[in-house]
Amino acid sequence: MSITLEDVRHIASLARLGLSEQRAESVATELNTILSHMDALSTVNTEGVAEAVGSGVRTMPLRDDASAPIPLVRPLESFAPSLRDGLLLVPRLSSHETVE
Amino acid sequence: MSALSAAALRDQTISGDASPAETVDAAVARCAAVGAGRERLNVFAWADDADARDHAALALRQRDQGGTGLLLGVPVAIKDNIATLTLPTTCGSNILAGYVSPYEATVVTKLRAAGAIPFGKTNMDEFAMGSSTEHSAYGPTRNPLAPDRVPGGSSGGSAAAVAAGIVPVALGSETGGSVRQPASFCGIVGVKPSYGRVSRFGLVAFASSLDHVGVFGATVDDAARGLRVIAGHDPRDATSVDAPVPDYHGAHEQSVKGLVIGRPREYFPDSLDPRIRERCDAALERLRELGAEVRDVSLPHTSMAIPVYYIVAPAEASANLSRFDGVRYGMRVEGEGLRGMYEATRSRGFGPEVTRRILLGTYVLSAGYYDAYYRKAQQVRTLIGRDFTDVFASGVDVLFTPTAPTTAFPIGAISDPYEMYMSDIFTATANLAGVPAMSQPIGLVDGLPVGGQFMAAHLGEMKMFAAAYALERALGSEARA
Repeated sequence: MSITLEDVRHIASLARLGLSEQRAESVATELNTILSHMDALSTVNTEGVAEAVGSGVRTMPLRDDASAPIPLVRPLESFAPSLRDGLLLVPRLSSHETVE
Repeated sequence: MSALSAAALRDQTISGDASPAETVDAAVARCAAVGAGRERLNVFAWADDADARDHAALALRQRDQGGTGLLLGVPVAIKDNIATLTLPTTCGSNILAGYVSPYEATVVTKLRAAGAIPFGKTNMDEFAMGSSTEHSAYGPTRNPLAPDRVPGGSSGGSAAAVAAGIVPVALGSETGGSVRQPASFCGIVGVKPSYGRVSRFGLVAFASSLDHVGVFGATVDDAARGLRVIAGHDPRDATSVDAPVPDYHGAHEQSVKGLVIGRPREYFPDSLDPRIRERCDAALERLRELGAEVRDVSLPHTSMAIPVYYIVAPAEASANLSRFDGVRYGMRVEGEGLRGMYEATRSRGFGPEVTRRILLGTYVLSAGYYDAYYRKAQQVRTLIGRDFTDVFASGVDVLFTPTAPTTAFPIGAISDPYEMYMSDIFTATANLAGVPAMSQPIGLVDGLPVGGQFMAAHLGEMKMFAAAYALERALGSEARA
């Protein structure tokens, strides 16, 4: 499988990363080089083998489906880029692209 | 190396022969003496002498109240991706420039409860993605033993802080070898505990099924004490194991007579530097002389670890790092509308390696490629885990291997991303399987340290430490000479 420039533009859009044309071209080359090494996986017989879940370690106990708030030592205002009346502000959605 | 071990510093603090304030003064003086600042070694992302002195005052109060915490009065450096309340937590990234966490990582709370003195936030590869600590917004960290070379990564700043003798203990994090490989390059001890053994609450997530908090020590005992303090169940981390924590430093009394040590052939390929092979085999011979049994064993899927790791880790990273979008914390760069703001913020905030891995992860999870890459990688990961299960079920207590295929390489020497990824070839398997592993110095090649790695079954840290203590004693000054 080979990644095209169009693929790079698509995944950059999915990942919300702006890439210059020049950078997109170099990323395509880099990803193709990296993925060529991943092709070795196709030589492994995985018929009937389950996918790993997490680290595969049987240690994660069930717990109550309830969340405990994490006490914060400083308010949202101290680290949120833009805030009003306790709500996080974002740019207007009217200019947001609606088609992926 | 630090003039005093963690145990000696603690004892002197309790007896009154040393005060926490004097200890901080000594660490600050050591920073100046070795050139820990940006202009030379570039060990720290954030350092504040006044902050360290505040923590020293708290340690003094603990002592005056009769405290005997395991790290009382011991300065501990902390990687810049572990949340602290009084210093920024920026993951070596511009996207978190100036961010100070509103909550504290459990491991830091545990350190402070044990009387430790948090001493600076150490430099790292951005978001822990790298094997050299060259990919930080704050510039590269240099190896204290050979400043023209890398300290390894991604926890290179923490490794350098210990190797330069600033602190005897430091915290790092591991996703594919980011504690053990820099420990190997810097001639110190680095431990990756079992998955779930140490809480990740407050560790900025990179790849959640692979991330661990790890410990550096100047010696095996320093690392054992550090791990003893930070290990244990944490209800705030759903992956945390609820199991008793042994006194790892008690393993120094255990004999290795009868211990079965596996030498997996896949970690000693023909391409391995013969001098590294020789150091490993010499270490195994010492262990055999002490009564251990050394067996040749096989972990047949080892060569698949890097392809699996570099699919699974970027896939998880692409999800975890989606939270850095300019809305909730960190930097915001205005753009056209909401999407423009997202793209401008993330493109300006993330460096090239992080961008590359987010794109790689997005690709392997995207429609049409998921089965060929991500699903296949998770199936092969199951087989890698079975390799470990089978070898330990066969009666092997611990495995011994080289930690890395090379010694520390010159800064700027590796520009090909995949060549850099291969630096993790002997370490990524333990992260994929969730088993504990550690690196310790076993000698030099061309004047540079070589690390030997022990691995054990899940929650088998005591056996690993017993072997490591014994080997350290047997090698003595040979390990670092």
